[in-house]
Amino acid sequence: MSSVRIIELSKHFGSVAAVDQLSLEVQSGELVALLGPSGCGKTTTMRMIAGLLAPTHGDIRFDGRSVLHVPAERRGAVMVFQKHLLFPHMNVGDNVGFGLKMRGVAQREIAHRVSAMLEMVQLPGYEKRRAHELSGGQQQRVALARALIIEPTVLLLDEPLANLDANLRLEMRKLIRELQQSLHITTLFVTHDQEEAVMLADRVALLVDGHLQQFAAPRLFYEQPANMTVARFFRNENFLPGEKVGSTIKTAIGPLSLTQADRWPDGPTVVTLRPEQIVITEADGVNVVDAIVTQALYMGTFQQLTVSLGNVVWRVHAPTDCCVQTGNAIRLHLSPTQLWCLPTADLHKEAIQTFDCSPAGTENVRIATKAT
Amino acid sequence: MYRLVRSFALILLVIGVLLPLVPQLLWSFAFGWFFPALLPQRWELQAWRYLFSTSSRVGEALLTSVALAVVVVMLTVLIGLPAGRALGLHQFRGKRLVNWLMTAPLFVPTLVVIMGIHILFIRYGLADQFLGVVLVHLIPALPYFVLVISSVFANYATELEDTARTLGAGPLRTLRYVTLPLIFPGLLVAMLFTFLVSWSQYITTVLIGGGRVVTLPMVLFPFISAANHANAAAVSIVFILPALLILALTSRTLSAGADAIGGLGRL
Repeated sequence: MSSVRIIELSKHFGSVAAVDQLSLEVQSGELVALLGPSGCGKTTTMRMIAGLLAPTHGDIRFDGRSVLHVPAERRGAVMVFQKHLLFPHMNVGDNVGFGLKMRGVAQREIAHRVSAMLEMVQLPGYEKRRAHELSGGQQQRVALARALIIEPTVLLLDEPLANLDANLRLEMRKLIRELQQSLHITTLFVTHDQEEAVMLADRVALLVDGHLQQFAAPRLFYEQPANMTVARFFRNENFLPGEKVGSTIKTAIGPLSLTQADRWPDGPTVVTLRPEQIVITEADGVNVVDAIVTQALYMGTFQQLTVSLGNVVWRVHAPTDCCVQTGNAIRLHLSPTQLWCLPTADLHKEAIQTFDCSPAGTENVRIATKAT
Repeated sequence: MYRLVRSFALILLVIGVLLPLVPQLLWSFAFGWFFPALLPQRWELQAWRYLFSTSSRVGEALLTSVALAVVVVMLTVLIGLPAGRALGLHQFRGKRLVNWLMTAPLFVPTLVVIMGIHILFIRYGLADQFLGVVLVHLIPALPYFVLVISSVFANYATELEDTARTLGAGPLRTLRYVTLPLIFPGLLVAMLFTFLVSWSQYITTVLIGGGRVVTLPMVLFPFISAANHANAAAVSIVFILPALLILALTSRTLSAGADAIGGLGRL
């Protein structure tokens, strides 16, 4: 295992920049998720780290040493793809032992280590099975075993859970996390599913349009989004433009007070608060604003209210026992400690679909927005 | 019902392929066989004895034919494998043109271009040479090979090669342990086609070989035109034997591991 550092990495296909000036540092033994809509440079980045694709510009360093001139077979960065996982012409044992065979390890030692590895991924005694006899989840585990057995410097997982059904996905998530923790393998995985990224990763790197939007611990994407794009990706479209003066923000619906005022400079800003952080209240007080409910949707565990705050539309997650109906006037408490300010840069950008760059990605994001 | 159809199809296939060989076999042992007799009036080994005599040149022609076909297959693999891979896997500018040029020999009669080629080959000293015949056999052989290989690669997952690379296999070992095993059934079919195309060339061999390079069809045709049925039948059998032999030897591999056979389906 080793640390991975990407410095101003770019990849151009013709005139299109799939990855543009991406810089990222993954610590030794860390599990990092590369999150973003499909087709936005995540897999391209992985292929460059693995050595399967030469970058147009920039550098890739393992433990501080540039690996740009090291061919894929000697980099020790193992990539597990989303589809076509196993060599169909080999049995499970030969699949798992492939990397050791390439390293010239003796037959008997290979057999020994393969059986130990298969035990680790909970498939003991599967050596003689053929790839097509296994279920999707089992194939995934074999592919993981095949990667882990050579103790890779970096493990690269490309949408490892995308082709599994919901139950299996949870199980695999757990397995990946456990294996990664017990073996301390530096791992980078690609996903378009923010939930998966948040649950699995130590840190998440959000890539949109080939640009790194934010690279931080999962909870910060919810509580302290770097910009509106990040907030939108994490299903928060509650934005209210205003002007910050000291610890107060002047907005169209009146002044709002802010506890962590020193974090931001004075001037124009966009205030945000996540739908689940907003509380419906009847009392008067600081940061209590009036709103009209324009839609109330029952979502099972909560009610999703669409409310108008002056001339902007916000979403609020209310408890299901709170009987609010369309057309009701309600009061909302926007906690001064949780209010967050964003740069105004992309205030006029359209909603989440617009920054998506592939048909497949559009699909995913549409599903994501529907689920909101 | 399904089994009935299957056995019926099998019987039809056997009749269609093997029945025409029966009169050939009979003819090769016949000495005089006239209408309306159902079987030859006299049996003789004369045709076979002639076949094995040195004056018939059949043995020599057989060797030449085999050598030609083998060299043609090897060269076709060298040229056609990368070409078929590129056409099957990648999109590139001018792909349609390359595709069209590759398959053109299937539609353009060889006779149309062979004269021009002959003149060129005379100029470069390739006429009347084994090498010249090899080159001219490549023209009809390559399209079949490239068509089969490109359809194999159209259903091919390059991820498997990438996986092998990241697991520590260099380009050569990736070819040996991953690529070749994956495309093997398709490659075998394509090589078979190529062998048979070269094997059954007549006009091209005659013209470019100029009578110096003598193959089996060149021994066979004079007997047919001279209506020497017994000799023609005997040479025919020698001519068809390698094809049947190769098919019998490879049919097992083809039906067992035909997953990667691409557009051809299961054989």
